Amino acid sequence: MVATVTSLGRSGLHDWIIQRLSAVIMLAYTLYLTYFVISTGDVTAAAWQALFATTFMKVFSLLALGSIVMHAWIGLWIVSTDYMPKLAIRMAFQAFVIIMCLALMIWGIQILWSI
Amino acid sequence: MKFSIYRYNPETDKKPYMQEFDLEVPEGSDMMLLDAMLLLKDQDATLSFRRSCREGVCGSDGMSINGKNGLACITPLSSLKTPIVVRPLPGLPVVRDLVVDMTQFYKQYEKIKPYLITNDEPPAKERLQSPEERAKLDGLYECILCACCSTSCPSFWWNPDKFVGPSGLLQAYRFLIDSRDTETDERLADLDDAYSVFRCRGIMNCVDVCPKGLNPTQAIGHIRSMLLKRGV
Ligand code: SF4
Ligand code: SF4
Ligand code: FES
Repeated sequence: MVATVTSLGRSGLHDWIIQRLSAVIMLAYTLYLTYFVISTGDVTAAAWQALFATTFMKVFSLLALGSIVMHAWIGLWIVSTDYMPKLAIRMAFQAFVIIMCLALMIWGIQILWSI
Repeated sequence: MKFSIYRYNPETDKKPYMQEFDLEVPEGSDMMLLDAMLLLKDQDATLSFRRSCREGVCGSDGMSINGKNGLACITPLSSLKTPIVVRPLPGLPVVRDLVVDMTQFYKQYEKIKPYLITNDEPPAKERLQSPEERAKLDGLYECILCACCSTSCPSFWWNPDKFVGPSGLLQAYRFLIDSRDTETDERLADLDDAYSVFRCRGIMNCVDVCPKGLNPTQAIGHIRSMLLKRGV
């Protein structure tokens, strides 16, 4: 058993499942947005606003945002533990990623809230 | 036939270098690389490498042959492009020439507890296994611990102290699936961290090089399914 502190999940399996689940959510979100853009034809600011005003889209967007953030955290954490053997660099990078992930999440919530 | 062989003696050489050799190979003979290297050793007695069984059973002479890990003793010269470039197994510290320090590799092997653990009463005679249960060990027990697979795996290069590696995981599965072993749950618990199993990225270098034709990637997939069943 290898102990880890800065990983997102509690176990390797935990991370692995989140990684796959979040990928499915991001795919669904991308497909849905693509469908919207294609089917709407003329995407005006008003149409865009109307789309995001629905509770469904707010929840879906938050879910997608959460997925991106978790996916990035797990993925970049793995990259850093593979390719950054220097402790100081690895720690700085991980701190940067974690703070960015949390900041993006808060920023996203704030944007969706304001619509 | 031309050879280019990695040489390094940490006591006298500042850094590793490649030494060129030339060997007369009699027409029509198809010797194995190991035989040729023994002849090269006659030319230069300081050339060092490990070997023992010379028939693909002991796992001593794993090395990088024209960029691909394999056993010199079962690699026919005729299957190789010249010049034949021989280097030590990648990723492990070099003790001398083609001899590498396998400590890290064996440590991972030790970690997976490569022996049967049974907690129930010992039976009067022996622990029986049905032919079907025994068949599950095929493709697993044959591993000769040559380290060709683990040293071709990038995940093992980056984290040899944390990622068990294809060879160790193949062995881990051999004991997980053994009907006589009762420690399955504890074994799985030991593997369920971010490194031990999950560092495998499924690149399948291990399958590509295994001289015994084994499939560590598949075994790793089975372990992952067992972890999933246990954890979901
Ligand atoms: S399949 Fe997994 S264990 Fe095999 S070489 Fe690739 S990463 Fe390593
Ligand atoms: S799985 Fe194959 S390549 Fe890996 S150590 Fe065993 S025999 Fe060697
Ligand atoms: S010498 Fe034993 S495997 Fe090659």
